[in-house]
Amino acid sequence: MSLEQALRQGFFTTRLEALARWAMSNSVFPMPMGLACCAIEMMAMAGPRYDVARFGSEVFRFSPRQSDCMIVAGWCTYKMAHAIRRIWDQMPEPKWCIAMGACASTGGMHRCYGVVQGADQFLPVDVYVPGCPPRPDAVLHAILEIQRKIRERTEPVFAFPEKE
Amino acid sequence: MTFDDVIAHLEARFPGGIREIRRALGETTILVRTELIRDVCRVLKAELGFNYLVDIAAVDRFTEQERFEVVYNLVALAHGLRLRLKVRCEESDPVVPSITPVYPNANWHEREAWDMMGIRFAGHPDLRRIYLPEDFRYHPLRKEFPLLGIPGSLPLPEKPESPAR
Amino acid sequence: MEATSQTHARLEALIEGSHLEIWREHNRALLRRLESKHSSATFIEDALSTEMILNIGPQHPATHGVLRVVARLDGEIIRSCVIDIGYLHRGIEKVAEYKTFQEFMPYTDRMDYLSPYSNNVALCLAVEKLAQIEVPERGQYIRTIACELARILAHLLWLGSMVMDSGAVSMFLWTFREREKIYDLFDLIAGARLTVSHARIGGVASDLTPEAIEAIRSFIRSFPRELRDWEKLLNKNRIWLERNEGIGVVSAERALELGLTGPNLRASGVPYDVRTFEPYLVYDRVEFDVPVRTEGDNLARYYVRMEEMRQSVRIIEQCLRQLPPGPIRNENAKLSYPHKAEVYYSMEGLIHDFMYTDWGVCPPKGAEAYAAIEAPKGELGFYIQSDGTGFPWRLKIRSPSFCNIQALESMLEGAMVSDVVVLIGGVDPVMGEADK
Repeated sequence: MSLEQALRQGFFTTRLEALARWAMSNSVFPMPMGLACCAIEMMAMAGPRYDVARFGSEVFRFSPRQSDCMIVAGWCTYKMAHAIRRIWDQMPEPKWCIAMGACASTGGMHRCYGVVQGADQFLPVDVYVPGCPPRPDAVLHAILEIQRKIRERTEPVFAFPEKE
Repeated sequence: MTFDDVIAHLEARFPGGIREIRRALGETTILVRTELIRDVCRVLKAELGFNYLVDIAAVDRFTEQERFEVVYNLVALAHGLRLRLKVRCEESDPVVPSITPVYPNANWHEREAWDMMGIRFAGHPDLRRIYLPEDFRYHPLRKEFPLLGIPGSLPLPEKPESPAR
Repeated sequence: MEATSQTHARLEALIEGSHLEIWREHNRALLRRLESKHSSATFIEDALSTEMILNIGPQHPATHGVLRVVARLDGEIIRSCVIDIGYLHRGIEKVAEYKTFQEFMPYTDRMDYLSPYSNNVALCLAVEKLAQIEVPERGQYIRTIACELARILAHLLWLGSMVMDSGAVSMFLWTFREREKIYDLFDLIAGARLTVSHARIGGVASDLTPEAIEAIRSFIRSFPRELRDWEKLLNKNRIWLERNEGIGVVSAERALELGLTGPNLRASGVPYDVRTFEPYLVYDRVEFDVPVRTEGDNLARYYVRMEEMRQSVRIIEQCLRQLPPGPIRNENAKLSYPHKAEVYYSMEGLIHDFMYTDWGVCPPKGAEAYAAIEAPKGELGFYIQSDGTGFPWRLKIRSPSFCNIQALESMLEGAMVSDVVVLIGGVDPVMGEADK
């Protein structure tokens, strides 16, 4: 049951929803799953030149409970996949996932026995970033895509459980 | 101190223990009898100053007699020498004496050789796999292991439902 | 016997229903190892129960990647610990057997991804030694310059992240500002920021442009000043000194036994540096000092690395001064790639390019070679056995981080929990290289 139905009003709550979505989209806290080389470029993105703070995502939260968007940066091995999946499960809804770089998207150049051929085999990936490693601006673009996704959500932001 | 001194010393200490000596590309390789490797290392460390173990590599000599080869890379810091030792073992029973009692840092290198090639090291204090999980049953660097692995040998977590957006 | 069955039951209870269920066999073995490092396998029933098993990693901001440390704590002291690596293992040595020598080179970029250029050079040196390929002077100088830039790059990341681990975030931003400058240099040298893949067998891919040389010059003019500023900030900083002084002390004999390598070994008083031990490239033609400290603690490691950066600047200066004109790659098209102009305008060039890409250089059958360089983390060596084809029969990577992490395990034992982060930072492992 959404706020809309609870208050039985249209205009005000839709505005409120839009405002909330705008606020959410500009405060995407990344969960940096830095595995390999891409993690270095991800750090560079947080660094002084590319400065992801301009888009409200400078708060790299190393605790999954405080983040909304997991950036899988680097190749996922079978051994690590379970740990990544665990962390993904610990993230609160709503959550998004960026597969950064060729390895996280498809397995990339590491076509061998240890590497999962793409993080989307065990994670619902929203944005794929090509490149090996992608330049920090490409990752910024991915975060902007996530923001667009958030702004275009159809799910109500304020949803309350039905009363018994 | 030169390689000639080292080889002469080893031949004096282990008559018949050295199977082959190769000198190429400015490197010296000595193939020793497998059961002697620990004693050879002990002598090299205590009497000839080879005090630093750099690396242990396991090699699969597929289709050859004595299929597996273990290559030790030793350095004598004081003399500026780098020596390569080799031992070989059969496929049916790939066991090599561990040199961890002599060089403690051989520990992980030998574990790596066990994990990747399946060579067992007798007398190793802690022979576990190092890269792959214990639950894995193969040795990937053997030539018969396919590059893309064996499907299902390493389980993946389930893919979750896409969250409601 | 009674005790062991009790222990096993306890371990099973520990694994059951917890996150350790993921790789059940693996974690069982790991915990058994932890027990075996303990003098007795029974718990001392403590009224306050200060004993606990703490699992740090594999996903933890302080582990610099995906290192897992399972430690048994007694209060705040780590009684025993087991380090588990392999969370980044992709089987790069297996891949190497399916690639030509030149084809494998980009994979080395992704090993120690803090200093990609050094890895490229290490592989190329090993192949050149194996197949007896000469590298022209200018190519060697370019490699040396870029290797030293890569050393500064790696040490800068270490400095930023280690000081951040000790609690100062600002340093991370400053080192990253300098890193961005080096990235720009690599952009000019090789056309890529991080994974350069610039070294070729028999030389390098492209020549230094005058613009790039000028940029390198201006960087090494300004960089020492930055370094001085940072040292002013850290060398007398009480928090920094107290967090690092006397932590993780390793004596020289112990360091050799544990197999430490690189700056960590030199901080313990062993003057082993491949650049002087077995000079490669042009290190015998430039003057530089190998910094050595005798304390063997974390602070010594910090001093050694800071000094190394300064020496790197010195080396680059001399190389730029001595930079000879001439070709950058071996002229023999059977041994290294022909020049692009040749490929586009002559039939032979095109054929050679095809042949080289398809098959590459074929060392003699049965040849073997080991070539090592002093990478920022320590001795990085490639041991290659050839079977006469363009593919290595066996390529073994001697990665420095692997050896350093092995030593870390015994350095952690007896340390405080609060020092774990600083110790890992001081040893400076790169998991991509340790796990191959």
